[in-house]
This record gives sequence, C-alpha cells and structure tokens, in this order.
Amino acid sequence: MSRALDVVVVGYGMVGNRLIEEVGRRDPHGERVRLTVLGAEPSGAYNRVLLPGLLAGSLTEDDLALGGPAGGGHGAGHGHGAGTRALTARTGARAVRIDRAARFVTADDGAQLPYDRLVLATGATAVVPPVPGVRDADGALARGVGVLRTVVDARRVRRLADRARARGERMVVLGGGVLGLEAARALAARGVRVTVVHPAAHVMDRQLDAGAGRVLARSLRRTGVEPRAGATAARWVPGEGLHLEGGEVLRAAGLLLCTGARPDTALAEACGLAVAAEGIAVDDALTTSDPAVHALGDCADADPGLVQPGWEQAAVLAARLTGDDPYARYTGTPRVTRLKAAGIELACLGDPFTEDESGAGADVVADGPGGVGDGPGGTGGGAGGVEDRAGGVGEGAGRAGAGDEGYGAGGTGAEVLRFEDPARERYAKLVLRGDRVTGAILLGLPDAAAGLIQLHDRGAPAPSDRLALMLGRALPPESPTGPEALPDHALVCRCNSVTKGALRTAWYEGARSAPELASATRATTGCGGCAPAVEKLAAWLAETDPVPPTTRGAQAPDVSRGPSPDVNRGLSRDPSRGLSRGLSRDPSRDPSRGLGPDVSPDLNPDPSQDPSPTSTSTATR
Amino acid sequence: MSGHAVDGTAADGRAGGGTAAGVMGVAGTAADGTVTAGTAAGGMVTARTSAGGTDAAGTATHCPYCALQCAMTLTPGARPGVLEVTPRDFPTNRGGLCQKGWTSASLLTSPERLTAPLVRDTKGGPLREAGWDEALGLVADRFAAVRAARGADAVAVFGSGGLTNEKAYLLGKFARVALGTSQIDYNGRFCMSSAAAAGNRAFGLDRGLPFPVTDLDASHAVVLVGANPAETMPPLMGHLDPARLIVVDPRRTATAQAALEGGGQHLRNAPGTDLALALGLLHVALVDGHLGTTERVAYRNTRTRGWDDVRRCAARWWPERTERLTGVAVADLRRAAGTLARASRAHILTGRGAEQHSKGVDTVAAWIDLALALGLPGTPGSGYGCLTGQGNGQGGREHGQKADQLPGYRRIDDRAARAHVAEVWGVAPETLPGPGRGAWELLDALGTAHGPSALLVMGSNPAVSAPRSRRVLDRLRALDLLVVADFVRSETAELADVVLPVAQWAEESGTMTNLEGRILRRRRAQPPPPGVRTDLEVLRGLAVRLGRTEAEFPDDPDAVLDELRRASRGGPADYSGADTARLDAGHALYWPVRGDAVTGGAVTGGVATGGALTGDVTIEDADTGSAATGATGGEPGAGTPRLFLDRFAHPDGRARFMPVEHREAAEVPDAEYPLYATTGRQLQHYQSGAQTRRVPELAAAAPAAYVEVHPDTARGAGLADGDPARIVSRRGSVLARTRYDATMRADTLFLPFHFPGEGAANALTNPALDPVSGMPEFKLCAVRLERADGDLRADEDLRGDGWVGDGRAEGGRAGGAGDGSTGGGSAGGGRLGDGRSAGVHPDRGLDRGLPGSGAAA
Repeated sequence: MSRALDVVVVGYGMVGNRLIEEVGRRDPHGERVRLTVLGAEPSGAYNRVLLPGLLAGSLTEDDLALGGPAGGGHGAGHGHGAGTRALTARTGARAVRIDRAARFVTADDGAQLPYDRLVLATGATAVVPPVPGVRDADGALARGVGVLRTVVDARRVRRLADRARARGERMVVLGGGVLGLEAARALAARGVRVTVVHPAAHVMDRQLDAGAGRVLARSLRRTGVEPRAGATAARWVPGEGLHLEGGEVLRAAGLLLCTGARPDTALAEACGLAVAAEGIAVDDALTTSDPAVHALGDCADADPGLVQPGWEQAAVLAARLTGDDPYARYTGTPRVTRLKAAGIELACLGDPFTEDESGAGADVVADGPGGVGDGPGGTGGGAGGVEDRAGGVGEGAGRAGAGDEGYGAGGTGAEVLRFEDPARERYAKLVLRGDRVTGAILLGLPDAAAGLIQLHDRGAPAPSDRLALMLGRALPPESPTGPEALPDHALVCRCNSVTKGALRTAWYEGARSAPELASATRATTGCGGCAPAVEKLAAWLAETDPVPPTTRGAQAPDVSRGPSPDVNRGLSRDPSRGLSRGLSRDPSRDPSRGLGPDVSPDLNPDPSQDPSPTSTSTATR
Repeated sequence: MSGHAVDGTAADGRAGGGTAAGVMGVAGTAADGTVTAGTAAGGMVTARTSAGGTDAAGTATHCPYCALQCAMTLTPGARPGVLEVTPRDFPTNRGGLCQKGWTSASLLTSPERLTAPLVRDTKGGPLREAGWDEALGLVADRFAAVRAARGADAVAVFGSGGLTNEKAYLLGKFARVALGTSQIDYNGRFCMSSAAAAGNRAFGLDRGLPFPVTDLDASHAVVLVGANPAETMPPLMGHLDPARLIVVDPRRTATAQAALEGGGQHLRNAPGTDLALALGLLHVALVDGHLGTTERVAYRNTRTRGWDDVRRCAARWWPERTERLTGVAVADLRRAAGTLARASRAHILTGRGAEQHSKGVDTVAAWIDLALALGLPGTPGSGYGCLTGQGNGQGGREHGQKADQLPGYRRIDDRAARAHVAEVWGVAPETLPGPGRGAWELLDALGTAHGPSALLVMGSNPAVSAPRSRRVLDRLRALDLLVVADFVRSETAELADVVLPVAQWAEESGTMTNLEGRILRRRRAQPPPPGVRTDLEVLRGLAVRLGRTEAEFPDDPDAVLDELRRASRGGPADYSGADTARLDAGHALYWPVRGDAVTGGAVTGGVATGGALTGDVTIEDADTGSAATGATGGEPGAGTPRLFLDRFAHPDGRARFMPVEHREAAEVPDAEYPLYATTGRQLQHYQSGAQTRRVPELAAAAPAAYVEVHPDTARGAGLADGDPARIVSRRGSVLARTRYDATMRADTLFLPFHFPGEGAANALTNPALDPVSGMPEFKLCAVRLERADGDLRADEDLRGDGWVGDGRAEGGRAGGAGDGSTGGGSAGGGRLGDGRSAGVHPDRGLDRGLPGSGAAA
C-alpha cells in the first residue's frame, strides 16, 4: 500500500469536524489518510447551529460539543482513530501562513505542518455593520453590543440578556434574517423583551414574500418578539438604546447584531488563491485554483451559509481524499430554510418568489375573523370560510403540464398555489414546475412542511392532490361512519378476517346478538378491539331487521354473497369482487381520507353494491 | 389452586380482559357445544386442564405460531385425528386468538401432510416414498461420507426459532457432537439478532421483554418502533391502549391506524431513518427540559454509564434536521417526546421494522439510549423490550443452535462455558467446534468450493424466507445432499434429496419460551399419524447411525429438558429450576429460574429480581415490592418476571448508553431503482407461509402476493388498482397484484414476504448485513415498479404453487424472473464485505428470528 496522504485541515468548526468524521468512517485506521486539524478556538468543534439554544438556556455548552465520544479539548474525531496516529487535533492554534510552493502551513505557535493536501474550512465571521456607535474607538464592540457566531459570543450575549431581564429592559436584535429571528426567539424564551429591527419591508425578506412576512410578524408577536420592519438603525448609544432613522429611539440594554456573515478568506487571499465574491473559488470537486488545496463550507463559494451543504461537501471531499470515490462531485444541496424557533413552524424551500405563469391562479384565502382577534374563536367561521378554488388547481396543473416543453428553457409554466389564513397564522405558497416542487413557503403547517421538504430534497413528483400537499393534515377530519355506511366487504374484525357482510350473513342465519355474532364468526375473539363495532352493528341490524329470534335458521337471503359460514367461517372473501380486493380492507383505513377523487371506487362505500338492509329484510319476510 | 396461580388466572378485570373473555366463552361453545358449553368464565376450563395438562376437558397447550404463544385447549373433534381449538384464558392472550390460532388444527389433517419419508435418487429426479430405515441410513451414510471427504464443516445444520427448547438444544448438540461441525445457525438470525446484540450490549443480558406483557396495560405511553402487532400478534393489542400508543412505521399499518383513531400518534418516517428519529426525540427531550428531573438525573448517575457521549450524539439531531431526514414533522417530534417524557410509566418496544437493517443493532441501541435517558429500563412499570416474532424465538436463541452459542445463552468462545457444556455432554471441551457462519453467510456458502456440501434443515423454509432468495435457491440446488425435516412439502423441501416427515405441535410435548421469557408447556393432544416421527426421534435416529449412543440423544422431551436444565445451569438463560412438575403446576417461570441444587447463583443471581409464583404478575405487585423487589433471585425454582430492577447484568450492575450515529442503508433509491421496497407480514400468514398457505381459510383470506402502493406512484407506472405489477431490484423481480393505498408514502412499496415463486418478496431483498449481528437488510431495498402485461395468467402464479423444484423453475418463467440482466450478483455480493469469513463477529449471536421460519415450527 502506498504511503497515507497527509491532509491538513484548517478550521475545526462544524464542517471541518464533519470532514474528519467522514474520512474516519471510510478509513478508520488512517491507512489512506492522516489528518491534522487546526482550530483557532480553544475548544474542540461544536455545533454553531444550536447557539440560540445557549441563549434560551435549553442547552449547555457541553451539549454543543461535536468532538465525538472522545470529546474534550483535544477532541479526537468521532470514530477516526482516536488515540492512533490517524488524527492530530490542534485546538487553540491559528493558521497564519500557507506556503503553497513548499506545501506547509505555519501556525501561530510556530509549528510548521507539511501537507500533501490542504483543506480550508475557515468558515465565516460575523459582519458588524457600519452603524455609528457599535464599535469603540479601538474597533472592539461597544458596551452592550454583541454578535452571535461563537460560544464566546454567546456567553457575552447571554450576559447582556440577563442584565436586560434583571432591569426589565429590552434588547434589540438588528437584522431580521434567520439567525436574527432565531436569536430573538431564544432571548424571548429567556424572558427578555425583544425587538427586531429590520430595514426591508418585512422580516426574512430573502426567503419570504410579503404575505408570508405579514403572517410571520403575527407569530413573532405571539411568541414575545416585536418585529420592526422597514426601520433603519442610525446610532447605538450605550446606556440608552438604538436610534432609528427618523428620530425614534428604542430604549434597550443590549444590541445583538445579526447582520450577516462574511467568508473568512484572508489566508486564501494571502497565498494567492482565487477568491470570488461569495468565498474561495472552488469547482465541483471542491478544489481551489491550486489542485493541492480544497475549500468547503462557509469559506467557499459553493452554497455557503447553511450547515447542510457544508456537511454534504465534507462527504464528497472525504470520498475523494480516501479514494473511496475519486470522482465524487458536489452538485449542490436543495435549499431548505427551517426557522428554529419554538412555537413557529416556518419552512422555505427553493425559489418561492415565482408568480403564477400557468394562467390559472389557485389562491385559497381564508375568510377568517379578519385581522382582528387572534385565534379562531368560533372556529366554524374560519373553516367554513375557506374559499376552496381547487377547481382552478386542476386546471392550472393541466396547463402547466401542457407547457412542459418550454419549461426547461424559459422557465415558464410554473403552477402556483397559495393559501392565506392570517388569523390562525397560517400561510402556504407552492411553486411547481411540471410535477416538481421548485419553491415553497409554509408557515403554521408543520405536517405539510415535513412532507414537502422530502419531496423537494429528492426531486420526487408531487402528489396529484395539491390541497393535501399544501395543507398536510390541516384538512377537515373525516366524519366518523356508522355501520350503515360500511360496504359489505369492509373488514370489521381484522384478527379473524370478518367482514360486515359475513356478520350480516350470520345475523340472518340467526345470530341475534353481539356474543352470538362472535360465536358464529369469531369476530371480537382476537384482540377484542372491534367489540364496540360489532355491538353497534348488532344494534343497527336489530333496528333495521327486527326479526324475532324464533325465525332462527330461516332461509337467509344474503348467503350468496359469501361462502357458507359452515365451510369458511368468517371469511372476508367475496367472490363477486375478485381476489385481493377488499380482502383486508379496513374501512377505517379508508385511503380516500383527504384525498378526494384519487381513490378507487372499490375502496369507498358504494351503496350500489351494498343492497340496503331494509330491502333485504323485507325480502326475508 | 389458591396458593399459586395456574396458567390462566389472568383475567383480572382490567380493560379489555373481561370483554374478550366473555365473548370467548360463547365462541368456545360454538366450536364445541358439548365440551365447553357454559364455560363463559373461561378460567374454569383452564383450571381443570392446567394441572395435569390433559383431561376430559381437553389438552391445555399453546398456539403453534407466534411468540405471544396464546393459550388454547385442544379437544377431540368429530372425526379421529381432528382436533377442535378453544381459546384459553392466559395473561398474554386473555382468551383471544387470531385467525391463525383458530384454524391451526386444520393442518393436522391436511391432505398435503407428509406421512412417509421421501428420497430423490438422482439430482433432478422425482421424490419417491421410502422407509424410515432407508431414509435415515441414507442420510447418515452420506453425512459421514461428506465429512470423511471434506471435513466436519462440510456438513451444515439450519434450525429454527419455531423449534421447542428441547429440539433447539438437541439440534445444537447433534451438530457439535454427532456431526462435529461448527456450521450451524438458524432462521432466528434473520429476526432477533439485532435486538439481541443491542440488548446484550446495553443491559448485559437479552430477554425480549424483561417484564411481563401485562405491565403494558398500565403503561401511560408505549412506543412501538417498526412493530405491527395488530397483524402479527393481534391479542397483544388488548394490552395496548391506542390513546397511549406512539407508532413509528413508514406505513399506516393496522397498528398505526388503531393509534390514530384512538388519539395516539403515528410517526410515518422514511424507511431506514428509525435511528435518526430516536436521536431526534432524545434531542427534543433534552432541550425541552424533560431529562433534568431529579429522578432521571439520579437514575443516569447511579444506574448507567456513558450518558455524556450519547447526549452529544443526540445534540446533533436538532428537530429540523431530524425532520428533513425522517419526514416526521417537528411538531410531531415534540408531541411524541413530551408524551413519552411526561408519562410516569412508559415503554419503548422495537420490532423487525427497526431491526432488520444493516444498521439494526445501532438502531435498537438508539432507542435503548432514549429509554435509558428517560430512566425506563429496570424501573417497575416501565422498560425497553423487543417483540420477539417466532413461536420460540426467545428459547430458540438460548440453547445452542446459533453459530456462536452453547446452551444457556453461553458463548461458544468462552472457555468456562465450553468446559461446563462439554462435561454435561460427556465429551472433551477441545472436541467442541468453535463459532461457525451466521445464517446468511452459511446459506451463501452452500455448495461453494469452501462451503458445506450437505445440509440438514429443521423447521425452516429458507427458500422463501432468506434474503435474496434466488441466490439461496441456487445455493440449495448446488448441494450434494439437502435433508429437510418438515411436515409439508415446503419450497425448501421441494429441493431436498431426502424429506423426513415430522410431527406437528399438537402431537408432541416440550417447552416454549414466549416473548416475555416465560417458559411454557406444549402438550401432546394426540399421537402423530402413522409414518410420522418427532424431530427428537429423527435426531436420535441420525445420531445413533453416526456412532453416538441412544443415551446421548434421548427422544423423550422430558429427558431432553432435564439435560437442558443441567447444561443451562449457571448460564445467562438459566433454566435449571424449570422442571416439569413446576411447569405442569402452572408456575409462572420466567428465566432465569434457578434450580434447587444450585448454589451461589452468582452468575445470574444479582440480575434476577423477584419471582412470584403467579400467573399474572401485576404492576401493583412490583410497586409494592411484594413480587419483584425481594431478595435477588428469589427462592430456588422461582422465576424472574422482571429483570434489572436492582441492577443490570454487566459486572458493575450498570446499563450502558451506546453512542451511535445515523448511516444510510446499503442501498438507496436512484434513477434506475427509484423506490423503496419494504417487506412485512399479513395477519393470516406466518413466516414463509409454508403452514398457513395450506390452511384453506387463511389461504382464501390472503391468497396471493400483492404490492401496496400509493395511487399516484402506481398510476405513474401505468398501473390500475388490481393490475399485475412487476417489482424489480438489482437481485431479482417479483410479480404481484397492485393494491392502491393512499396512506402509503409515495416513495415506498410494501410487499408481504409469505409467498413463494414469482410472488416471493425476498427475491428483491438485499443481504447487506449488520456488521455486528449479521442481520440482513430485509426492510429496505431499492426497486422499480413496472406493468406486467400478460405476465399474470392466473392467481396461481402469485401463489406459486408447485413452481419450484419440478423442473419448471429451470426453464420456465420462474427462472427468468431471476432477472439476470441486472446482475443479481453484484450489488448484494459486493456489499457483504467479510461475508465469506467463516466465523461470525463475537458479538453476534444474540439474536433469534423471524422472517424465516418454516413449517415445522
């Protein structure tokens, strides 16, 4: 075997750590790759995504550790030869210089680390906006001001928040993007009054359209966060608060800056690597302008900003470095933004800004109790007020399909569905091209979000039932059905394959009570779960077919519907319906639930195939 | 009767019990008006029959099928040889039976039953009837010849989780002593191995449910992970309150539906994501503050090790990330975690859905981690357990038919264990073979240059139940000698050179260990028909012809039990106190059950806790300490209803948290095979269906293979409801009727695996193995769905009757269905890694099984 590749990883954050894990999984004994990782922060890798949890107090710093079971300050990689020579982790050591010609990295402690391959995972740093007063004269953050990028940052913000809470004062979060809102929600959970100042017309304007922005604002207020959109910060005055353009002053004890992050490209620039606007330039092999140097995560220009792409990049690079798949490529990660804010269910995927191009809009507007009271109040009004223009959905889908030819080239033929229910803080917008979901905003519809994200991630076709897709479980519940509504082939007792038809047959043959039906068919003799149903059925039969018990054994009219119970007691097989149809169909599993016209008629109650008991009993007599 | 309860004093009036029992009495009347008329109370019959087992009221025994081992009474029917089944009250089934149990006796008189040995004189020739002397002599001679030519490991044995404890024990002894081979494993490897390995790691001991089933009645939250008892063991549902159920399953199973209708939850996750879901729930429980209570902190500090590592594993699975992978909404995660965490009594139970993956052990470990974080295991009224599948899936994994084990759940690589068992067997320890191949590796090696060339199969039907079944068929055909002991011509028997007709459950005695670890009496109601022998007689006949003595291989089950008790003494699964007198008296003997003569008891004594001599050990007993918190180990001969109440079975008495991480399945959908396929069970059928497909009533209710599919997905493939469909994986294809089900995930198909031939779902499945347990990935493979125009001539095609072993398969469509075009060899084989190695992983073994069983169970 050839010599193991020496790989130096600069940056021990979420992505650097993930790379170590991915390499370790493929090469657990370090036979192909020997890793050295340099981390500037004194602790091992930790989970930056969960920093708001530190603010809220739901997590401890220890919970965020990513070093794996070996953990600790010099956390060895999860599963990657902890205690072996496969991995060397140097925390608290900052890389200060890269010599690409001689292929070594110099750390601030003077160490020189030679490499065959270098991986830059330097991440990004918080942007401090040029708002007067947020920095001291020496360039450090002013009193009361914080950012949220590292555990050290989080400690500072937590102190600010506790001071604010103790004094009953407010904190202002500047920047109403994802991090700003998550941080604000976390501070509110800590018991602090929070106002979010955001310059655009509504919060999360990069992910949300105006309608969703309005609904989200309501949800934020409900959860203790006051959004101030369209407001621009003019000056921070410690001890007083934030001055806005226009003169208003928001009194506040602290200011948290959530105004974006900038890729950390200084090392790359200093050694002459190509750097683009979004980060270090890489190709789909995550290789920089130097074939021996790779970059990934927030510092690279491939999908920066979210952790999922960085982790997927780590898997690609690990496959290449270990030789598991020398041709692995990073082809992009479906963009999904999920606001991590307790009490608010918000998901955004793809590009939701497209407006309807199919020529048949499909807006559904809830005509709830206006913009006034929160909550549905009498409910009936809200639900009933949903104006279901689903007819338009079908049409829209049809036209979108017809326009498929042009969709690849011109991007035309998008089908757009929208649902607004601000009173209940619900909003949905779906963009589909062909049968694929290409963009969506879902607010207050948690079940739909879960399903949609999976479709989107996998590029799977959307279900034909667009309403169910958009609303998830938020459909009116199916009304419970009584025994009269069941078709004869409906299974009443699963444990013993007893259908309603078999029970009726037994009834006509003289079993005139629930125990007698049980005796004749074995219904209820398994788990006993169907006992109430059998009793109901018996009561219904008694009502509709009040033949006195003395007629027991009289010719039963319905025997032709199934085999004689003497031979095949309790069988659900109905020869008239063919095999494997209706055999183990439990009516309560009716697939038509919420799915309207998709369902085979066989699976629905069908009176035409179910002679009415009344007429049957008449025939008996 | 009063001092100690007998079999069947379960009815304690708790929810469900009363109703079912009442109805049952009436049903019993219908079955046989004369015998059980007026026994609506149920318990009366039991009381009379349980002490002696058989009297005028019938024979008290248990159902032949699943691990719930529902109690039933067999009474002579109208004609000789016909038995009537009457359900019997018992703590587990409370007088309930599903359709399989009700109809179980019909197989005794089935025209398809074998009553004479069959011998095939030349490969490809027909099977002809032969006498027992000829058949046994032939088998013994050829085993001896193969051994002489190629060594002892050239003869292999494949057993079953359906065999009684006595048969499993004697089969293991037969392999190690009479054949001298290391090559023995059983179909339980395909069932319980993952849960067993995880349980052993976490608790130091594996007993499916370390508490009585009746504990579930009082539970405030029960999580069922990949378990569908509403179809697989229906009477168990009587112990589960739907409102308190949280069902984790990619399908809206009957169990999931029951939960939803009753106000419980169904978490419909993507196939292969159970592990991440467990970590996600653990994360939510952590951040929502549920784990910081004084009791839970104290539990973790005093009864466990390793929490910090697991907490970090869980911290990575924040709800939104969990949702993205699993498809379970964040709101549902929070609700489920809250329900579970707030319950003062809670249970987490896993089934094959969680376990039959190439990451099955880690998946179970993740759910155990969640249970430990909540302080459930070893706490009265709460716990973790796995729902064992096969009738004796528990006992079958304890007595030495596993590649890596000796009786008493001992490891075959443990020097002390070898010495103890060798002494009982009267052989030198060094003559005992070492560990052999696990089930899949064994089947995969048959007829290969370095693999066994002769095989004895007892009670299993791997031709249908093993993964990648076309490969298994090829391997079975490649053997020089295949011997099958069964009572019908199963698909495996059809390939055999010698078929030995054996007795059915009602014709033999012995013991079974149910899913709770309770040892039960199986009682003989009538003799086998002429020409039929018991499995024990078969083993004795072969052993003697191979040069062993009759004394070494008794054919009396009680004599075998006596030997088993000695062999298991001091082992983790100690049966030494389980004598026939106690069993017949109806003592509730949950192992470990130490014998009078045992001194010290250090091996298991500390683990064993409590031991009430009651049929129904209630939670109230546990709470008040009357039953379960007394002196550890209880009195000699007492069983152990609840394990771990004082300490876990690791030397330090503490349970182990196990840090685990999600990983992809061995095969995931891609452009060519864009859908998941998952396999499972139907209520009417048991395992490979070799038995239940031959029961007319069951066959009529569930006659043929089908594929459950979302209507959108089906229509995308051009399939209407009821159309014949072809499902294709890299390893083979299956023909099945389309069954629309709008509750299915659009990316997932479901197929029952009970059918052979063209409808054999295991033609699709992937034998990628769990690195620890050797469990194949039955529950997930990548497939595509196609129309099968003109392919489905009749429903017989789907039933597959007679398709195999008669030459048709070779030239006919069944052969073509192997779909060589997709290179069946590559995907499966390539993933096996060390699949060719002769030994199994030292941690393997702790399993037992399910998908596989065959007829003799």
